[in-house]
Amino acid sequence: MRTYLPRRLLSSVASALALSMLIFLLIRLVPGDAVTMWIGQEGSMTPDVQRTLRKMFGLTDPLPVQYLHWLGDLLRGDLGYSFRSRLRVASLMGRSLPVTAELAVLAMLLSAAVAIPLGILSAVRRNTPTDLIARLLGLIGLSMPSFWIAVLFILISATYFNWLPALNYASLLKNPLENLTQMAMPVVALGLPLMAVVMRMTRSAMLEVLNQDYVRTARSKGVTERRTLSRHALRNALIPVITIMGIQLGRLLGGAVIVEQIFGMPGVGTLLVSAITERDYPMVQGTVLLMGLLFILVQLLVDLCYGYIDPRIRYT
Amino acid sequence: MSTADGLPVLVPDPSARRTGLLRLARRNPIGTVGLLVVVALAVIAVFAPQLSPSDPNAQVGKRLSPPSEQHVLGLDQLGRDVLSRLIWGARVSLGVSVISVGLSLLAGVSLGLVAGYYGGAADTLIMRAMDLMFTLPSFVLAIALTGILGPSLTNVIIAVAIVTTPTIARITRGPILAVRETEYVASAHAAGAGDRRIMVRHVLPNITAPIIVQTTVSIADAILIEAGLSFLGLGIQPPATSWGNMLGTGRNFMELANGLSVFPGAAIMLAVLGFNFAGDGLRDVLDPRLRGV
Repeated sequence: MRTYLPRRLLSSVASALALSMLIFLLIRLVPGDAVTMWIGQEGSMTPDVQRTLRKMFGLTDPLPVQYLHWLGDLLRGDLGYSFRSRLRVASLMGRSLPVTAELAVLAMLLSAAVAIPLGILSAVRRNTPTDLIARLLGLIGLSMPSFWIAVLFILISATYFNWLPALNYASLLKNPLENLTQMAMPVVALGLPLMAVVMRMTRSAMLEVLNQDYVRTARSKGVTERRTLSRHALRNALIPVITIMGIQLGRLLGGAVIVEQIFGMPGVGTLLVSAITERDYPMVQGTVLLMGLLFILVQLLVDLCYGYIDPRIRYT
Repeated sequence: MSTADGLPVLVPDPSARRTGLLRLARRNPIGTVGLLVVVALAVIAVFAPQLSPSDPNAQVGKRLSPPSEQHVLGLDQLGRDVLSRLIWGARVSLGVSVISVGLSLLAGVSLGLVAGYYGGAADTLIMRAMDLMFTLPSFVLAIALTGILGPSLTNVIIAVAIVTTPTIARITRGPILAVRETEYVASAHAAGAGDRRIMVRHVLPNITAPIIVQTTVSIADAILIEAGLSFLGLGIQPPATSWGNMLGTGRNFMELANGLSVFPGAAIMLAVLGFNFAGDGLRDVLDPRLRGV
């Protein structure tokens, strides 16, 4: 673990740098530059003033220099001000981050808690009706967009229970019970497609592992079936399962953007969508960056889980 | 469409061709269902003008009418026939996905080939550029791209193509590293074949299986991304219909006409399911190592 952790941290830092480059380049794709945007906001100015402003802002510098300046501001936590609300981008984001993070973590936990046991069951009872049903449900779940699940949930609850999503979001710290009630539907909507993927991966990883010699050895030396499955098989089968969860996280965060919007939750996704529709580029830049950082952070956590589960990874 | 073209590949044994489809259906029910769904949707998309009962943008009755004999799926908030709009939506949703994945195949396979075949600096440069795009969830990148480029049909296609390219480049590059070292590539070199000829004639045919499978999966992803963008109003703009924008506006009327929230979503699911099932089946057939897993 002594060399694994720093090495893994270093690669996360590299990813974060890559992310910052990508976002810097994306923002350059916007037609015009900061000064023309400013004109759009404040009205016209003479070409002379424009030239001076461009020089002042360093917009005449070569691109790599501009990037370094921008990165420097970023590292000091300066993401600029929202065009729309005139508030600091960083402080607006700070409020929405916990919402999205909670949503993503709960959805991941839920899907792991349901899908891993189902996958094991499906593998152990291979080619029985249980297995077939589980596989079919898995394939269907894979194809349901989370935003449609979310719309259906609201439709069903509004029609049959006369219930609509709350307008005011309750924070986890101030009102945990209310918060969890509000989170339930979005979490399930986001978790279902992920569940399908995790279930399929658990099944195929378990099938592979169950054919291994060490499983036969465990069985032949009289280890109970339950213990064979949990200690010998599952522990080895978990690695690809965790990998796929890390990969699917991207899809989950993408889905969260829309699901937050549907349930009116004040998360990063809602912020991103309103920033885009309002052409509020500093906000777009900040929220995309935050989404990317969240993505990198959870991937780091996933990799650290590997090291915990599989000692071989820690020591190589 | 690649899956339709891929059918002869599924039954290479000429003696099996007579009963090919039936045998295939028995051996690989999931893949066959997927293939049938994909073919059916393709037919609907191509023959939309002939199949749709009315003009998708014409007001043909009272707003938000429930399903009736005349209008099987009812009318939307502007009195337009929902079934006709779904049929025309198939054209947009499938058209956008197939075109953008076609573009990303062109870009991804070329980039992957060059990176894998030449190795060295070209490899590092290309694959790091691809890694750059993997630092963001693909849907978030797609939102950012359409947000910056502006919402339009062309920009949705560009965004989806950009977002699906890195995976295809990676899938292409991977197996080349092994193929590059084989005797037949060495002998092609010895016979004086140029790099481009070796890449296209000797390397590419040996790595098509994973690329074909990834193509179906990417089309399914593309359908979801387009639907998501249009749902948020960042994709296909009205009056053009896509399943995503139908669902996005339809959900505002869910208490009055719940079909507007149910049918477009079901169409998206069916299309994604078709391509996923087909991909699953193709993987079984084309990649014997994974068979039975």
